[in-house]
Formats: sequence, structure tokens, C-alpha cells
Amino acid sequence: MVTISARPRIILYEGASSEPLDGEIRFELIRQLLGMGYQITRVRGSGRIAQHGRQHQLVLGRFAELSSSLEVAGDTGVTVRAIDNLDAEQIVELVESAVAELAAPARPAWKPWFPVIDYDRCTNCMQCLSFCLFDVYGVSADAKIQVRNQSNCKTDCPACSRVCPEVAILFPKYKAGPINGAEIDAEDLRREAMKVDISALLGGDIYSMLRDRSAKAKSRFSKERDDERALKERQRCLAKLQEQMDIPLEVLATLPTATEIQRKAEEARARAAQALQAAADHSHPHGDL
Amino acid sequence: MSDIPRILYCHCAYAKVVPDDVKHEVLRQLTASEVAFDAVADLCEMSAARDPALAGLAANGPLRIAACYPRAVKWLFHAAGSPLPKDGVTVANMRTETAEEVLVQLGVAESAEASR
Repeated sequence: MVTISARPRIILYEGASSEPLDGEIRFELIRQLLGMGYQITRVRGSGRIAQHGRQHQLVLGRFAELSSSLEVAGDTGVTVRAIDNLDAEQIVELVESAVAELAAPARPAWKPWFPVIDYDRCTNCMQCLSFCLFDVYGVSADAKIQVRNQSNCKTDCPACSRVCPEVAILFPKYKAGPINGAEIDAEDLRREAMKVDISALLGGDIYSMLRDRSAKAKSRFSKERDDERALKERQRCLAKLQEQMDIPLEVLATLPTATEIQRKAEEARARAAQALQAAADHSHPHGDL
Repeated sequence: MSDIPRILYCHCAYAKVVPDDVKHEVLRQLTASEVAFDAVADLCEMSAARDPALAGLAANGPLRIAACYPRAVKWLFHAAGSPLPKDGVTVANMRTETAEEVLVQLGVAESAEASR
């Protein structure tokens, strides 16, 4: 989790009636502030400051006449600080001290890992809703799949995008395409089609596969009383899942018990079926097909 | 609404998926140029927070974005409730393109040439 405070937008004012910063100081200042999570606008030319939401704005500049030429759009709060003769580190310190004075409330913690739906590709099939055990997905009032609880998503786990038959789920911070948002080519589509076929050959969804394996393992365990073999089977199953779907071992290790998985999967499937019915009703409100 | 394209640079601060040398060179050239621009720490974070600043960026005329895959950028804005307009938006991909290619798409390369 990354905790981010509700910071003001930094306006680096280098417009009319101000002296521009030295290029190296400007680069270093912006680089450091971005690394600290700030949003920055560099102003040149007319000196009009565009409005970005309702953030407080902290205006930095080497002003010939302090604020006399600043035109501030909107009704947001504005704090102005002169940065004459300061280097990048000193300006960063000044920013931090100005931000502390503002005593802005902290924003909720954020995890840089969550799914994003490509609605150009999504067919609203609800497979992701049915698959995800962590209630990341939900359904909108107009019966469309949506990411509802993004903070429930397990870091580095792209499993839902692996089961999506349309390659419609992105994780922008994922290492590889097309899950990271890269354009989808014929090979990707062929792989996805194969994935669906494999699922069908296994006799249904991945939870069915897990249940079957679990049942077989239980049966063998009860017959043979071989702890080591049962453990190896479980490890083999998990390793296969990890390899095929790139699910991190930490996520697999924290999965609930098989019974709990079954219960959650059944609930998720029921929710998906309900959502599909709602989508159908929404498309044909009077039952006319 | 102005026809002059605005520039938005994403620093992808919370992951190491954009090569450091590319994003730092793009930022260096951008800051060395004479152009005004917006720079954000991480578009994903803004999307997750449904930051209203994204609506301002999406709605005020032509926009050139230096970030990652165009498909990802498009749906990050959409997920934030601030979809990008169909026309007038260029997305340069710092994950796959060189800094020079990105700067050309931002219009900064020409600007730097002209100021020499």
C-alpha cells in the first residue's frame, strides 16, 4: 500500500513578470516532486493557471512583482511562495513546509495494482465476476460489469485477466502484453481461444478443476495415508496454477480453504447469473427479443 | 477552448515498468523546452482515486500524453469517470518507444529545434 496525502497541486510559475528557473534546477525539482507524488503544472506565456479539480494550488516562482500578474481561475485556495536563489533541494523543503502548514487530510492508502476494463472488448459475460474470490468486481445500476472494490485486488495477481475470454481486463502495471494494455494481436486471441478450450476440456471452470483435484487428492490421501504424496500433489497443483495464470505464490498461499473457495465460487456464480439476467432485462425491458 | 495542444507527462512513480532512462530523458527535454505542461506522479493513482483533475485534463482541447500503452491510458481515464475525447488525443508510449520518439509526438522535439 502507498499512503498519499491530499497534496496541493504545485504550479511552477514561469510566465509573465517572473524569472525562469535554471534548466537543471527545474528538472531536478520536478523530478523530485513527482517522485514524492505531487502533480505539477509548469506555466509559461500568458500566466493563466488552469483549474484542475478542487485541489489547493501552491504557486512557486521567481516573481518580479509578487502575484500582481497572476490570474487564478476558479475558486480554489492558492498559496504563493517565492523561490528566488533557491536550489532544487531547498525548494522541495519549502514545498514540504508549506504543505505541512496547509494540514491537508491524508488520502486513503492506495495499492498500485488493480484491474481496468476495456469496454471496447468486454462482452459483459461476467466471467470475471464469477471467477474473482475477492469481490473486486460488481455490477452497475445498468447491469454492466465494473471494478467495484479495487483495493481487494491481490498485488501482482492478473488471474482474472487470464480467464477473461475477450482479453478485456488490463493491469496497466503488469510486465507483459496484452494484459498491460499492449495492442492485442492474432496470437493473443489464439491463445485466449485455446485457454477457453482447455477450460472446456477440463469440464468447466477452474474451480471445478480445483475441486476435482482436491477430491482426488483427498481420496488418495484417505487410501494411502501418505502425507508426503498429498503435499506433493497440492504443491504440483499450485505450481501449475502459478505457471499457467501467473498467480503469485503469496496469493495462492493466502487462498481460503477448499470448502471456503467452493462457497465463495458458488456465491460469485450466483451473483454473475443474477447480473446476466439483469443485463438481459435491461436490454429487453418488456421481454421483447 | 484553445487549439494549442496541452502536454501531460506521467512519471509512473509507483512501479518500475517504464524504463528510467526513457522517462528521465523525456522529462529532462520537456523541462528544458519552452512549453507549458502538466506532470503527474502516476496516472494509475489518479484513476484509482477518481481524481477530478483528470476531467480537467480530458476536457480542455487537444492533449498529448507521455505515459504507457494508449489502450491502458484510455481506460484509466474512463475508469476515473473522465473519458478522453475520441479526437485530439495523442498518447506516446514510454514503455516501448525511445525518448526521441516520445518527444516528437509531444511536439517538444520541434520546439527545442526552433528555440536553438
